[in-house]
Amino acid sequence: MLSAGVVIPGFFVIGLAFIGIGVGLLITSRSIQVLELDYTGTETNSPCYKCTTPPVQNNCVCKLNFTIDTLFKGPVFFYYSLTNYFQSQRKYGASKDYNQLSGDLTYFKSPASDCDPYQYANGKPIVPCGSLANSMFNDTFKLYQIINGQEKLVPFDGKGIAWWTDYNIKYRNPDYSPLKNAFNDTVKPVFWSKAAYELDTSDATNNGFVNQDFLVWMRRAALPNFRKLYRRITEGDYKDGLPVGNYSLEISYNYPVISFDGTKKATFSNVSWMGGQNEFLGIAYLVIGSMCVVMSIVMLIVYAKFRFPDDD
Amino acid sequence: MDFSRLRRTITRYCVGEEIWVGSRTVYIGHKEPPSCAEAYMPQHYPDNRIVSSKYTFWNFIPKNLFEQFRRIANFYFLVIFLVQLIIDTPTSPVTSGLPLFFVITVTAIKQGYEDWLRHKADCSINECPVDVVEQGKVVRTQSHKLRVGDIVVVREDETFPCDLILLSSSRYDGTCYVTTTSLDGESSHKTYYAVPDTMAFRTEQEVDSLHATIECEQPQPDLYKFVGRIDIYKDKQEPVVRTLGAENLLLRGATLKNTQHIYAVAIYTGMETKMALNYQSKSQKRSAVEKSMNAFLVVYLCILISKAVINTVLKYAWQWSPDRDEPWYNHRTEIERQRHVVIRAFTDFLAFMVLFNYIIPVSMYVTVEMQKFLGSYFIAWDEEMFDEELGQGAQVNTSDLNEELGQVEYVFTDKTGTLTENNMEFIECCVDGNVYIPHAICNGQILSAASSIDMIDSSPGGYRREYEDLFFRALCLCHTVQVKEEETVESIKRGIHQGKLGYTYLRLKDSYMEILNKDDEIERFELLHVLNFDSVRRRMSVIVRSSSGEYLLFCKGADSSIFPRVVSGKVEQVKARVEQNAVEGLRTLCVAYRRLSESEYLEASHRLTEAKLALQDREQRLAQAYDIIEREFVLLGATAVEDRLQEKAADTIESLHKAGMKVWVLTGDKMETAAATCYASKLFRRSTQILELTKKRTEEQSLHDVLFELNRTVLRQRSISGLSVDCLDFGLIIDGATLSGILKPSQESAGHGNYREIFLEICRNCSAVLCCRMAPLQKAQIVKLIKSSKEHPITLAIGDGANDVSMILEAHVGIGIMGKEGRQAARNSDYAIPKFKHLKKMLLIHGHYYYIRIAELVQYFFYKNVCFIFPQFLYQFFCGFSQQPLYDTAYLTLYNISFTSLPILLYSLVEQHVTMETLKREPSLYRDIAKNALLRWPAFLYWTCLGVFDAVIFFFGAYFLFDNTTFTSNGQLMTTNTQMMFGNWTFGTLVFTVLVFTVTLKLALDTHHWTWINHFVIWGSLLFYVIFSLLWGGIIWPFLNYQRMYYVFMQMLSSGPAWLSIILLITVSLLPDVIKKVLCRAVCPTASEHAQSTRPCLTVEPSTIFMLSQSSSRMSF
Repeated sequence: MLSAGVVIPGFFVIGLAFIGIGVGLLITSRSIQVLELDYTGTETNSPCYKCTTPPVQNNCVCKLNFTIDTLFKGPVFFYYSLTNYFQSQRKYGASKDYNQLSGDLTYFKSPASDCDPYQYANGKPIVPCGSLANSMFNDTFKLYQIINGQEKLVPFDGKGIAWWTDYNIKYRNPDYSPLKNAFNDTVKPVFWSKAAYELDTSDATNNGFVNQDFLVWMRRAALPNFRKLYRRITEGDYKDGLPVGNYSLEISYNYPVISFDGTKKATFSNVSWMGGQNEFLGIAYLVIGSMCVVMSIVMLIVYAKFRFPDDD
Repeated sequence: MDFSRLRRTITRYCVGEEIWVGSRTVYIGHKEPPSCAEAYMPQHYPDNRIVSSKYTFWNFIPKNLFEQFRRIANFYFLVIFLVQLIIDTPTSPVTSGLPLFFVITVTAIKQGYEDWLRHKADCSINECPVDVVEQGKVVRTQSHKLRVGDIVVVREDETFPCDLILLSSSRYDGTCYVTTTSLDGESSHKTYYAVPDTMAFRTEQEVDSLHATIECEQPQPDLYKFVGRIDIYKDKQEPVVRTLGAENLLLRGATLKNTQHIYAVAIYTGMETKMALNYQSKSQKRSAVEKSMNAFLVVYLCILISKAVINTVLKYAWQWSPDRDEPWYNHRTEIERQRHVVIRAFTDFLAFMVLFNYIIPVSMYVTVEMQKFLGSYFIAWDEEMFDEELGQGAQVNTSDLNEELGQVEYVFTDKTGTLTENNMEFIECCVDGNVYIPHAICNGQILSAASSIDMIDSSPGGYRREYEDLFFRALCLCHTVQVKEEETVESIKRGIHQGKLGYTYLRLKDSYMEILNKDDEIERFELLHVLNFDSVRRRMSVIVRSSSGEYLLFCKGADSSIFPRVVSGKVEQVKARVEQNAVEGLRTLCVAYRRLSESEYLEASHRLTEAKLALQDREQRLAQAYDIIEREFVLLGATAVEDRLQEKAADTIESLHKAGMKVWVLTGDKMETAAATCYASKLFRRSTQILELTKKRTEEQSLHDVLFELNRTVLRQRSISGLSVDCLDFGLIIDGATLSGILKPSQESAGHGNYREIFLEICRNCSAVLCCRMAPLQKAQIVKLIKSSKEHPITLAIGDGANDVSMILEAHVGIGIMGKEGRQAARNSDYAIPKFKHLKKMLLIHGHYYYIRIAELVQYFFYKNVCFIFPQFLYQFFCGFSQQPLYDTAYLTLYNISFTSLPILLYSLVEQHVTMETLKREPSLYRDIAKNALLRWPAFLYWTCLGVFDAVIFFFGAYFLFDNTTFTSNGQLMTTNTQMMFGNWTFGTLVFTVLVFTVTLKLALDTHHWTWINHFVIWGSLLFYVIFSLLWGGIIWPFLNYQRMYYVFMQMLSSGPAWLSIILLITVSLLPDVIKKVLCRAVCPTASEHAQSTRPCLTVEPSTIFMLSQSSSRMSF
């Protein structure tokens, strides 16, 4: 099975193939543009510093200005990133009620005990219950291109940013119209400013448990530093990307991260067939590919020196 | 029932009656003895119900569960399961409960079914009809209603329903023939005797009129021992007392043959019968592999605990800052906040234990057990070990030791019947110094009875003539052969030979032995006493009265046991001849006689009867009596018979030597004969320097000096041979007397050092050792001595006779030869083979294969579980030490049960790293695996490190793909061209997918012998994993209260980078092992690897056994 006659050429071929893949991946990855803007507001020169220093005001809005030097090819994806945020905590992740989220009204009245301490508030059941839903990301963003001092709104597309199956099958609103009535005798999560049925005032179908932002949040990140999709820029003048120019990102700063040493970032990125920018995979392929080639040469030398008994 | 017994015991104590536990009194037909001094006391015995079943309907569940949870592994999983039930743990109790439940249920069903079969068998036995004599009539009843004291009628070919004392039979001489095949496997018919006073009973009425009591020992498991006494009351006189021995006792399970019917009285019933007492299983032997497996388990348990401790400590260190301890987004509940920190820490520790508990897999035990169980069938089905003559193949009595066969370092073999055929061929006899040789042995066969004997010295004078007659008469009379009327004299050792020499033994009739002398006249001798053969005395005698009224004692036996007791006869000539014969490797037997005067006879008879009548220490008393009677012999002559070597015995021994095993021959034979056999079987070669440690030498020098001298010789030689290439090998000959001297704890041990150590040192340097003149117990002592020497070598004992049983039981592996001397050895052995030559295949092929198979099985199991659990450990660093499982519950549960179980099981059944032909051709390959080579700590460490490395690759490979990058799905499945983020379950699934593929492919790389079923199982397992994952994520499962895996697997597969990273990670994980293998093979190949490459292993040569194993595996799955 593992005779030199098989292994040495095998290694060589695998090595070459891997190098090829690696080069391809690396080139693709390099071609992806990424723009990351930290808006945590810990530094005094940050426009969002005012939102983090007491007195903390409600609905604090800060604006981040940036310039794009070359065309940011479309479609452009807009993400928010959080660091040092443990969505992967076990108790945190389990703190939700699947039956409730699939629209079962009996669980509206008595949510699962997993949701504790966000099971009941003031004696009334919380819908959607649990820490995970309760801590939903609630910063909102607006992007403007500054053309001749005028702010021109870049339209965001908030559709289809969650898993299709989550949106269509896994999460369901109760069959009620208006949806609001289903939520009678329940209260909204403690940290939420709006109830679940009024998350998106512009689109009635994007409310309740199938709200795209909610779905994105509910899919827990695996690692403490994560990035979640917020919007896509696919429409109007920006269909082909963000043209060269000055931009301003208006952030309504609500989500506290400083207490646990977290940071918040807004990220623009475009994608390729292999997803977002990821140099690791390309480099790893290159390294392993070259290692295979080197090993095949080493083995050839060893073979020549010790004379494998195989092939005579 | 128990109450009555208790009451009786209490009454007895109150009355102050002496309780003699050692014996019981049985009242035949439940009749009170007429004029009995002692009061009739109905004793309580169990009824004749045989209960071989372990459980009843009611106690099955509790008892079976108790039995199962006594096993440490099951108990461990039960504890884990209970912890999961009690505390809030990361994984649901199902993950460990389900496999445990599965294992427990399967075992319970298997045991329940077996027990049900036993119940059924018990029932049919207990309800089978039995005829009992009651009030002079034969009444039919059921077997289980039989009571002690009942008189039973048994007809021909019926099986005895309980242990019976024979009263009378349809044969006029009060004997009956019995076969005990089902008890000890001996198919020959044995004769049992009725007491003379009862043998005349012919009808039920007569039997019923009997007034007698039997006093006998309480039941004992020894099948061949029985001591009792029957008191027969006739006409209100003093009772007639007769002794009862094993020859009167008909055992349950034996079958009546060649006798129309018998009357017998039940003495032991039900569970007290000897057969039932023999049900107890022997103590279990554990293999070296099992021991190292347990050691590894302890290591893994330590790893598990330390992992849990590390994580718990880190968790609390990390949570020192309150923001980490309880960030705003993840508040604790009130109850948790109030809990004391110590309790919280302990709960966390338990939770980590539960999370990592899969590192010790429940399925390993199941797989190992299945491997052993199925593997033992492959040994039993091996056609090469099938013997045409016996119509039997190898027999596996213990499946636990398959791999131990590959670890043997010392082989202790019996000589007669093991190395040799135990088929005696008459070569010559020497009567009074004259040698007689049958003239036609030219082609190795003795011609028909017609051919006469060619006397070398054919001038028989009158005096010599008399000796000759006596000699042949002695041979004819001195035996215990039973000739059945229907059958002619056949096949029984001596019968043939006497036929040719002019004397023929005809039959035993009414205690008269009839022989046909050379003038075709019938001579009759009254058989008075038989002094049976035993292996301690090594001789037997008969006392007969000739028709002329002379009392004669004929004795035959080993020369060593006869010569010291001889007073006259041509001792010198015979002795010389005997020694010469011994050198030629012939077995000799000396014949002597003694004339007894009337008074001498009476005295002897008195002694014998007294000894036989003794209720206690009968054996010892008999031995004393024999010792007194068998003396002052006149030597008649000696016979020599040849016991030819078994087919391929020499070849087998040579192979064993080449395989690095030390072969010791342990025999009761004398030195010269044994040494000749050793030379013939190539145990000793011409070049072998023989060291003698015998009585002869120790008589000249002290044992101490001899030992030291030999030790010096050996050591000197070793230091020389260290330089020269061809080293001289030593052979040691030691005899029983010297051995007991060595083994005796010496008084002056402080001054002269320990003899044992010196002896072992000498033995270590000898390639072959011959121990002659061994008593059976000494054989076991030798095995024990070697077993407990400081290297703790693995020993194997092989033998065919009852005298080998002790060493077979003592050795690590006991092998019985299904020989001529009954089946005792085969019954007590771990494996039984038809011929000695099969030992080669057993050790060099089956042993070797099973060792490498189980070694890989054990190492691989630990490896794949390190790969499995270590990423979970690493993940704790990225989830705030919150015991978040990396994998979904279904994956945790099924990983060991189904995704990775079958390939390794199949591997462990059919792997052949080199072909069978190569193993057979090159026995030295056996040295490769000596001393548990594949399961030593370095190997274990290598596998564990490989597992850790792979786990790190899996985890950090996935980590770098997820961390800070947009590892997303390019949703082709979706309605819109969009990018979706992956969550933690996708992360886990990615790691798990790489894991399953890597460990399965690692096994594929290790497989040298590919059959279609290997392909089927390996690729089938991977396919099953993929299909399962698709299904598991493809449906909203109504019975789950979470749907976290919904579409996760499919989403992952829809992403290009996921595919690329899976391929990359699998390759990287397998790379180091491949490189290590290739380089090791090039730089320092083992002998097996050499053999692998000389014959390309890719050529699959399906051999018989693996055709078998294929078909069987197909059935078992």
